[in-house]
Amino acid sequence: MATLELSNLHAKVAEDGGEQILDGVDLEVGSGEIHALMGPNGSGKSTTAKVIAGHPAYEVTDGEVNLHLDGDEFEDLEVDEADLHWNLLDLEPNERAALGIFLGFQYPAEIEGVTMVNFLRTALNAKLDERAELFEDEDEDAEADEDDAGYETSPMEGPVDEGEVGVEEFQAILSEKMEQLDMDESFANRYLNAGFSGGEKKQNEVLQAAILEPEIAVLDEIDSGLDIDRLQDVSNGIEALRDEQGTGVLQITHYQRILDYVEPDHVHVMLDGQIVKSGGPELAEKLEDRGYDWVRDEVYEAA
Amino acid sequence: MSSDDLQDTNTEARFEFKKEQKAAEVAEKGLTEETVRMISEDKDEPEWMLERRLKALNVYQEMPMPTDWPGQPDLSDVNVGEILPYIRPDIETRGGEDDWDDLPDEIQDTFDKLGIPEAEKKALSGVGAQYESEVVYQNMKEEWEDKGVVFMNMDKAVQEHPEIVREYFMTRAVPPTDNKFAALHGAVWSGGSFVYVPEGVTVQMPIQAYFRMNSEGMGQFEHTLIVAEENSEVHYIEGCSAPQYATHNLHSGGVEVFVKEGAHVQYSTVQNWSKNTYNLNTKRAIVESDGRMEWISGSMGSKATMLYPSSVLQGPGASDNHITIAFAGEGQNIDTGAKVYHNAPDTKSTIESKSISKDGGRTNYRGLVHMGTNAAGASTSVECDALMFDNESTSDTMPYMEIRESDVDVAHEATVGKIGDEDVFYLQSRGLDDDDAKQMIVAGFIEPITEELPIEYAVELNRLIELEMEGSLG
Repeated sequence: MATLELSNLHAKVAEDGGEQILDGVDLEVGSGEIHALMGPNGSGKSTTAKVIAGHPAYEVTDGEVNLHLDGDEFEDLEVDEADLHWNLLDLEPNERAALGIFLGFQYPAEIEGVTMVNFLRTALNAKLDERAELFEDEDEDAEADEDDAGYETSPMEGPVDEGEVGVEEFQAILSEKMEQLDMDESFANRYLNAGFSGGEKKQNEVLQAAILEPEIAVLDEIDSGLDIDRLQDVSNGIEALRDEQGTGVLQITHYQRILDYVEPDHVHVMLDGQIVKSGGPELAEKLEDRGYDWVRDEVYEAA
Repeated sequence: MSSDDLQDTNTEARFEFKKEQKAAEVAEKGLTEETVRMISEDKDEPEWMLERRLKALNVYQEMPMPTDWPGQPDLSDVNVGEILPYIRPDIETRGGEDDWDDLPDEIQDTFDKLGIPEAEKKALSGVGAQYESEVVYQNMKEEWEDKGVVFMNMDKAVQEHPEIVREYFMTRAVPPTDNKFAALHGAVWSGGSFVYVPEGVTVQMPIQAYFRMNSEGMGQFEHTLIVAEENSEVHYIEGCSAPQYATHNLHSGGVEVFVKEGAHVQYSTVQNWSKNTYNLNTKRAIVESDGRMEWISGSMGSKATMLYPSSVLQGPGASDNHITIAFAGEGQNIDTGAKVYHNAPDTKSTIESKSISKDGGRTNYRGLVHMGTNAAGASTSVECDALMFDNESTSDTMPYMEIRESDVDVAHEATVGKIGDEDVFYLQSRGLDDDDAKQMIVAGFIEPITEELPIEYAVELNRLIELEMEGSLG
């Protein structure tokens, strides 16, 4: 179990005179919950996602992003009570990933020459490694560094790190997850997102979440550019994240459409860098029918 | 004793050293007719080879240094007068601990970081013999010999296969008149590999020029001659990804490849020179009808490299494929590319060039594609991609196209990019740290070359680049 908590989050574009985009966002997403974050273009939805993940293009000017973990999950690591609460803003993007934050990109990078299988195994091992490091005491840290200093054997055999997921073991995990998502086997040996269709890229983001097993997945417009079949596959994938891994999902979307497949527990409306209205699934339907103007009217009348 | 020590010793002391050690013939500094005669005599060469050396020396003395190419590396520090052109290492005294300890620290560190065991390190650096490899090599050698394949040291080939060497050596592919450094090479060349594959023979395993590093030692002016007769096939791998240490500062090798009708030759090399080396080589293949030549090269290290492997497509249907990769770090200028001459109809070439520059390093792609008047139906495709780490690094693309025939298909594409922040962030968001993310992007960038290499070379190439990127190589 984990809870992601944004409080009074302010952020601007990280350059001199950069535009202020987030203007006090408050939000709490817990494991096993699905939250939909909706709002018109430019309201700050994608920025919220990127700030959670630690994108260097944004500078946090005020507020906090905290992740609270549940001790039960860390029995194997004997984590101190004090290590269960993390201020994500102090951490590098990869450290956030290691703690269980996953960002599904609207426009994922295309990396030529890096096969999916190689990338995903590297990512999984990096995450396990970093996670161990984050929860280890300093002595063990030093030991880990020593282990890392070089190959003990010839480079052909590769580094011998304990607890690493091997090639064969990983292949099995990958095949299983791809089957669940109805992805073609050939995906494994294609280059990361290179030449993928829009739909394939989105499917790939969900696949990565399924493999990395995050506590909280922030999915940025995972539904854009999907045909109806693919939307179904992606939605099934998201439900599996919640049902099988207990992942909490923050789903950023423009449209009601995906919410027909993955019913959210909570719906939030974002306007001008703030969450101005929250409700249940019925709120999304109302937005679908009536657009965002009525929300704007309501907010400004209230103000 | 390293050659630096030799250079520093005065003339008298050097003679004494020679008398005492009887270990090596040491030529006078600089380059005179006497030096060339001494080299030839020491190798007990036939008269015709001496004549070729002297002719080359003449050409060398008359040719000006290349200075006016746009953006070419600065060669003003290359002082051939100060270079000791020839040291014959004595086999008896090589391979001892002392030699290993004489290697520059950065080279020793590199081997350590590559995780190569001590014995292997010595073999790779030329200071020790790797006996197990020797056995494997011996077995393979017998298998080749049964099929008439010849693979031996170039010096030895002059003695044992004079008829073949005399026909091909610096006559048609790389004549001394090609450029000043080819001429220099012709005058003082030493060591290298000779490969002869008879008609119709396919050599299944890649031939690796590994053995000669633990026998004669690598010359700074080594010559490689490959003759592949009709319908034969061979994959030759030169050097290895372990660092080539040059204690003197000029390497000027020569490679000549003859691809006969229907034959297929792949020449692969991954080289990493020490950072005070000028690496100025000439490599050329003559490809006859339906022959296929493939050049795969990785250039790392050196202060400056000028290297443009070239293919002359002489017969109809001949084809050429180039894959090159260059990595330039701080203070380095890697000027490399490819040349292809389409001198017959329906010839085909592809050039893929990848370069990476970092910390103010400079890479140039310099290429020439020539379509002759009789090259109807020929096609070429040139693709250059440059990846830069920062705003201090530079990369230039200079593709020259000489088109003398209208019925040809010419495509050129160049991309230059910085390592994308979005790409790095994407990988970081998946758990890779900043360094690992960049490393993965670079590994992907060079993947076209690594996938062509045998796995151990690919692994070492990746590891070397990783070390370069950490800035942990000297």
